[in-house]
Amino acid sequence: MSAITRDEVAHLARLSRLALGEDELDHLAAQLDVIISAVARVQEVTAEDIPPTSHALPLTNVYRPDEVRPSLSPEEALAGAPAAEDQRFRVPRILGEEA
Amino acid sequence: MGYDEALARYEPVLGLETHIELGTASKMFCGCPTAFGAPPNTQVCPVCLGLPGSLPVTNRAAIEGIIRIGLALNCSVVEWCRFARKNYFYPDMPKNYQISQYDEPICIDGHLDVEVDGETYRIEIERVHMEEDTGKSLHVGGATGRIHGADHSLVDYNRAGIPLVEIVTKPITATGDRAPLVARAYVTELRALIRTLGVSDVRMEEGSLRADVNVSLMPRGATEWGTRTETKNVNSLRSVERAVRSEIERQGGVLAAGGRVVQETRHFHEDTGRSTSGRSKEEAQDYRYFPEPDLVPMAPPRAWVEELRATLPELPAARRRRVQREWGLSDLELRDVVNAGAVDLIEETVAAGAEPAAARKWWMNELSRRATEQGVELAELPITAGQVARIQELITAGELNDKLARQVFEGVLAGEGGPDEVVAARGLKVVSDDGELASIVDKVIADNADAADKVRSGKVAAAGALVGAVMKATRGQADAARARELILDRLGAS
Repeated sequence: MSAITRDEVAHLARLSRLALGEDELDHLAAQLDVIISAVARVQEVTAEDIPPTSHALPLTNVYRPDEVRPSLSPEEALAGAPAAEDQRFRVPRILGEEA
Repeated sequence: MGYDEALARYEPVLGLETHIELGTASKMFCGCPTAFGAPPNTQVCPVCLGLPGSLPVTNRAAIEGIIRIGLALNCSVVEWCRFARKNYFYPDMPKNYQISQYDEPICIDGHLDVEVDGETYRIEIERVHMEEDTGKSLHVGGATGRIHGADHSLVDYNRAGIPLVEIVTKPITATGDRAPLVARAYVTELRALIRTLGVSDVRMEEGSLRADVNVSLMPRGATEWGTRTETKNVNSLRSVERAVRSEIERQGGVLAAGGRVVQETRHFHEDTGRSTSGRSKEEAQDYRYFPEPDLVPMAPPRAWVEELRATLPELPAARRRRVQREWGLSDLELRDVVNAGAVDLIEETVAAGAEPAAARKWWMNELSRRATEQGVELAELPITAGQVARIQELITAGELNDKLARQVFEGVLAGEGGPDEVVAARGLKVVSDDGELASIVDKVIADNADAADKVRSGKVAAAGALVGAVMKATRGQADAARARELILDRLGAS
């Protein structure tokens, strides 16, 4: 049974703002299906007493003191922006979403 | 549909999500400063801009702040939790995700009691979690900065990455027609609590406290809740109340007409007091959360949590009970003092030496009136508790009377200096020196023969006119009680 449908791939592509063609959807659905099946197989061997690993390092509670450090200048901050206006990042209008 | 009609048919269920920007010096995951109102993009760095190769490190003060908030809200602090990545495509976060917490909030299961019309409502807290604030977008080309019709947007990332605490209530039921007031009372009490903790300045007008209001209606007697909407952009206490009220009316109308409430985000408009439909919730909620790989888990040691618990100040509810007892206030008097935002001010004035009754009198009458006239909060008046206490001290010492004291308040508020300077500069002093006062009394009696005759013939009430004349002659500086004694004495009526 297929673990991931073509519609789900199309949905993910839209959330990720990826413009995928019809053939790409089929292609990726099959590939993602393989990946998900592989993960499902790993899950078969997980046991209750083994906590899921989300981090490779056995560390907790890494904090820094609340100290201000120098920021970039606005010129540096905007240097990589495709477009800027009034010292702000200029982005295309966004439809159907909120401010 | 009218509010009363909607309430007659439907029972509201509320939920409140409140965001609070913490007042740390630096951002949540980097060392950029957090000052409000700085020129755009002057408080940004590779971390909060999401530049490649940068890595976040958690601000310890922010975690201490959220734990203190959680403890003050009677929450449990979990033994272990993680940050999560909330993925969404929107330019207010340059990383394309927000670092937040998902199924492992740091504080859970608390409550906050609020009072409306003398009745206590326990608001259960579902969770308190840590996240980062987003940047601010300016929409260009549309009407008045709104997104609809905008040509493009300009983004300032100064706010992106400021520590943000989200406090989520459990569903609030059985509030009936008081639902809007309960919602407002909750946000008001939360604001007072956070302010007392000193972890945020909680200024709604600057966005450091923002509320999202969830409302659903179910037919009276039903057990299954209706579909809810989430109203965002509710930026004042008054708006919290209005947003709940208008959504009850709107949903009531939809349901009564046989319609279906759509689960969606709505935007509240301060100017009209109504909301408009935003994005539909079903698709917007697909955030594909996963554990944040760039930050290690948090496991707050119990000793640290207890240390933080020990730093909690007296919280607003306990404080209100104490001052009510100490100042001998009725429930109604206490409510007035609280609503006027005068608890701190009166307490500081008492600490500076004034009697509670006198301190309350000045703040609640003279100064409240002036604050209302000027359209400012009581605390914003340019007078200190110490100055109020000093004016009262002068009254107690007999150097001022209430009438003169009002002139001193006026002078201090007008920026003429402290109480003693105003007294000196305006030459305000109670005339109680008998020699000086006696000669004024004699002149007043001579000038007001009719009134004097009445008093002589036993109509003591007529002395009031003579006392008034003495006060006028001394520009309010006479000791009225002493003047009255002298008048009655002179006219043989004492």
